[in-house]
Amino acid sequence: MSEPLREKPLTGNIRPDGEPLSIQEYERAGGYQGLRKALKMTPREVQDEVEKTNLTGRGGAGYPAGKKWHEVPMGPDARRPKYLVINGDEMEPGTNKDRLILEGDPHQLIEGAACAAYAIQADVAYIFLRWAYHTSAKRLRKALAEAYDKGYLGKNILGSGYSLEMHLHVSAGRYMCGDGSGILSALAGQRSVPSTKPPHAATCGLFGKPSIVNNVETLANVHHIIKNGWEWHRRLSFTEEGGTKIYAVSGRVKRPGRFELPMGTTPREIIFEHAGGMQNGLKFKGALPGGSSTPFIVESQLDVPMDFDQMYKAGSGLGTGTMIVLDDKTCPVGACHAMAVFFARESCGWCTPCREGLPWMREMFRAIEEGRGEMEDIDILAQQCKLLHWPNTFCQLAAGALMPFESAIKYFREDFERHVREKRCSYK
Amino acid sequence: MLTDHEKHELDAEIAIFPYRRAAVIEALKIVQQRQGWCSDDEIRDVADYLGLSTEAVDSVATFYTVIHRRPVGRHVILICDSISCWVTGYLNLLEHLKSRLGIDLGGTTADGRFTLLPNACLGVCEIAPAMMVDEDVHGNLTPQKIDEILARYE
Repeated sequence: MSEPLREKPLTGNIRPDGEPLSIQEYERAGGYQGLRKALKMTPREVQDEVEKTNLTGRGGAGYPAGKKWHEVPMGPDARRPKYLVINGDEMEPGTNKDRLILEGDPHQLIEGAACAAYAIQADVAYIFLRWAYHTSAKRLRKALAEAYDKGYLGKNILGSGYSLEMHLHVSAGRYMCGDGSGILSALAGQRSVPSTKPPHAATCGLFGKPSIVNNVETLANVHHIIKNGWEWHRRLSFTEEGGTKIYAVSGRVKRPGRFELPMGTTPREIIFEHAGGMQNGLKFKGALPGGSSTPFIVESQLDVPMDFDQMYKAGSGLGTGTMIVLDDKTCPVGACHAMAVFFARESCGWCTPCREGLPWMREMFRAIEEGRGEMEDIDILAQQCKLLHWPNTFCQLAAGALMPFESAIKYFREDFERHVREKRCSYK
Repeated sequence: MLTDHEKHELDAEIAIFPYRRAAVIEALKIVQQRQGWCSDDEIRDVADYLGLSTEAVDSVATFYTVIHRRPVGRHVILICDSISCWVTGYLNLLEHLKSRLGIDLGGTTADGRFTLLPNACLGVCEIAPAMMVDEDVHGNLTPQKIDEILARYE
């Protein structure tokens, strides 16, 4: 593996105090050059450039953005309007990375999204924002107005003949809105419930029209790729998945925070160097590498390069790349119960395994945690981890919930058994 | 009936969508500003203005976290119970808030000052444990800090 370029395209302009760049400052820092260049290319050339660097979807699914765009009907016969949905919902527990871009450099998102919209010839783009991000909403509104004023959005952008409207929609809060079809229902003013596929959103999505949903961090890469070329972007990474990644660490570490590093940086480096390691008196026990719906990793996986492919092969997942660290003084059964409370509450209720199964699992974790569990409960929980799995459900919500549960039972089974044997939680 | 000001605000939101009903979530947020929650009157006003049944509007209103269908206090506390906040001390903070306010999750204080609600991630995990009071985020919480924060909301 060759040493990557140590550049920070996504966070390089973000100030220590977090105050965002005005459009003039953004332009002086080289902003909107990527969009200018993209508008001189054909849409297909923009798609290809992004596909060549293998820009994997940073929302957690890891689907390559360029490949996704290839599925959109192009040319004069394509149904219109076409939509780009910018997923800034960031509802995955433990995830705070998109907020960094949304608050600190909103023009970067607008530029990247405009390039992506051009690549699929979208007519309208919606920024779907997490309800809690009030500061982001204010800053995005200002940045959007500035971009319209300067002609980077609206009719006939920079005289190219291409027109794009970009709007902000602030969500009213529900984890399901992170699902690809759930977010489209939510934008259309309905309950955010999943739909069966096909049809896929690329051909029949928002308001029944061709639509693409991309994550904020994914889109923030696009204009950099166009401006500097895919070879440059690929060299930012340790691995076959181009670009940097905004990793984050939370939990009882010395310096919780967000760190832009080459894609493929190891959990060991991120946790023990960048986040300063564990707080005094605590030892590392495990970590959820990319939000609540990724399987726990333990000591033996700390040297796996964190990209989608290699984390998956190591039995876990990159997810959102925002890690939650579990220390040796924190109860893994209690942690599972806390996550089950969340997932059961957020189940949209559309299909039975998730709606009924998650509350049962929550109660079983609770019983074990409170010393009321039986040994066979552990096996029943492990069995539920198979039964609630996709495709027994419509979407990935329950499947995501099972990731930490299944892995916790695998790696921390001794903790579960001790709770049952001692009829109490020994961490308390 | 929506007020002229509400109509003006909502029309701007309707304009970004191809049809009126898509703006129902924004509409609910707008009418919720009247008294902090949506009573049946607010639901009916939204339904009338967007040309929807009250049932359709209610199905949306009851689905989303920050649309309240029951009365809330002057200030709404959303305590984050996501895994990052749980690991860093959520349970102690919850107990502290409950005993300090004399209410359980979902409750409102007798003087109508605070409503306490559970909430999924606020997206500020770098300063966990955290809570939101109205639109203000407060992080790195301790029981003492919570007391200081609550004193600021009348």
